[in-house]
Amino acid sequence: MINKVSIAGRVSKVVFLALCLLATVFPLYWIIITSLKEPGAIYSLPLDYWPRQLSLENYIGLFTKSDFGQYMVNSLIVATVASTVATVISLLSAYVLARFQFAGRGAVMGAFLVTQMIPGFIALGPLYLMMSDFGLVDSKTGLILIYIAICIPFCTIMLRGFFENVPDALEEAAMIDGCSRLGALFRVLVPVMLPGVAASFIFNFVNCWNELFLSVTLMNSDANKTIPTALAGFISSFNIDWGSMSAAAVLTVVPTLVIFAFASKFIVQGLTAGSVKG
Amino acid sequence: MSVETKNAPVRPSPRRDAPGGERRSSGTKRRFNARTALTLLAFLAPAAIFVGIFTYYPMISGSQMAFRNWNLNDLSDTSWVGFGNFQSLFEAPEFWGIVRNTVVWVVGSLVPQVVIGFAVALYLKRRFRMRGAYQAFLFFPWAVSGFLIGMLFRWMFNAEFGVVNDLLMKAGVIDSPIPWLAEPGFAMTAIIIANIWYGVTFFAIMILAALQSVSDEMYEAAALDGAGKVRTFFNITLPSIATTLALTILLRVIWIFNFPDIIFAMTGGGPADQTHIITTYMIKITQEGDYGKASALGLIVVVTLMLFAAFYLMAVRPRKAQR
Repeated sequence: MINKVSIAGRVSKVVFLALCLLATVFPLYWIIITSLKEPGAIYSLPLDYWPRQLSLENYIGLFTKSDFGQYMVNSLIVATVASTVATVISLLSAYVLARFQFAGRGAVMGAFLVTQMIPGFIALGPLYLMMSDFGLVDSKTGLILIYIAICIPFCTIMLRGFFENVPDALEEAAMIDGCSRLGALFRVLVPVMLPGVAASFIFNFVNCWNELFLSVTLMNSDANKTIPTALAGFISSFNIDWGSMSAAAVLTVVPTLVIFAFASKFIVQGLTAGSVKG
Repeated sequence: MSVETKNAPVRPSPRRDAPGGERRSSGTKRRFNARTALTLLAFLAPAAIFVGIFTYYPMISGSQMAFRNWNLNDLSDTSWVGFGNFQSLFEAPEFWGIVRNTVVWVVGSLVPQVVIGFAVALYLKRRFRMRGAYQAFLFFPWAVSGFLIGMLFRWMFNAEFGVVNDLLMKAGVIDSPIPWLAEPGFAMTAIIIANIWYGVTFFAIMILAALQSVSDEMYEAAALDGAGKVRTFFNITLPSIATTLALTILLRVIWIFNFPDIIFAMTGGGPADQTHIITTYMIKITQEGDYGKASALGLIVVVTLMLFAAFYLMAVRPRKAQR
């Protein structure tokens, strides 16, 4: 009797987890398969679930018919610079918030937390006007500055959690040995909590790489457009070319997939640590 | 910002040598001198400047715009109009439908996300072969941007060449293809399915982390007392993770509310504005250039979220105290 129940339980577990896995992976499988079909084969019935004829025509078309290479470079520059600067700045602020008690500490934390509740695009209009006053519309520099500001609050909250796991005796010892506070922070603390710093950087990078509405609003020239903006342009035309679109989607997702595959453990640590501590 | 100044070098907190006591660096009171205070200010300044200029300033200048006539297409008259923008929003025929859509979008996405996420977490709690690899695969949707998720599902829900219709017809569920994104009801279902696909992972991870922090002794004690699976779940598992669950749900409600990307890519609010939620509608108004109305809507969003968070926390707190 007990055995029957536990076998049924085990079967239902396996079936459930398998279904979840299938549902998770299938959309990605489907977009990859679509991108590898010949353009004509995409629009033919019956649908081919396991195409025998694979072709790179969609990918070639993407680079020859549009500036997709340029968009990728733009996205790479913007995301790399913004997430690097944001991580360094957040290390400084997270260190202070983790290590020192001072009046106004709660207020600073609160100001950061509030930005997490309000989406970045809430003040799209005013932000556009401000950037045009600065002469930073359709400029990578402008987009980088905004992305840095968007990344800082969550990155600070996440890094603060990691700092709290490192004993303060470490930097005290370094400072007694004549290290400056900044030196102690970057030469002693950062190496110790490198996985956490890497996770924060990756989180920033992926967010910048994927951000849509601010870049759609601010960027309009092919020389400066990031990938999401360019893809949004693909759909505003009446007919979507699903061949190019699926190839572009695959090329956009692959870098973040690879990064996440390597770093998912650290990101989970960072997220759960930050949230449990509030 | 005031700091306790004292001309003494930074001293380790007295608590640090307490035997056996766990040291919490965030809780320790420290004394520091003026020089340290300046360093701390300098450390905080870059973050404060960036967030101040690029996040808070536009938000504040936007909130005064909400009470003005402010249209990018006609800037000859930017006079104060009081609550005029709010009034024209409330009177627009589509507005209350959009509010209803927002509620459907949030609840319809959240409930399945929590339920499926919880089930996955419970199954993943016990170690099994390949669990790590399984979790890595479960992570997939997170690497995909909201916009691309929208595109993926837009293609799968394509009426003519979409895989969803094809599978449903092969399974015999439907006889003829459903025009998913052309019918408001079907379109709403499709965008919610896409959002569920994305959000289950988050709940699975957060709930799993919470479950792993519940001590095994509690379960052993329950087993000794002869509690069955169902009773153990309701009397031990659920109460132990209630706080984390509540906070996670709160964060997610706010986040789903603020998540226009999937809808923007899948339907663009269509057909005929029938799948707009408040945030996609706000982006549409902004793109049309009516910054006054968009700012008014932005203020409504912020106030709604704040009120929701306050009420939610009040509703959740007593239950926590009961325990």
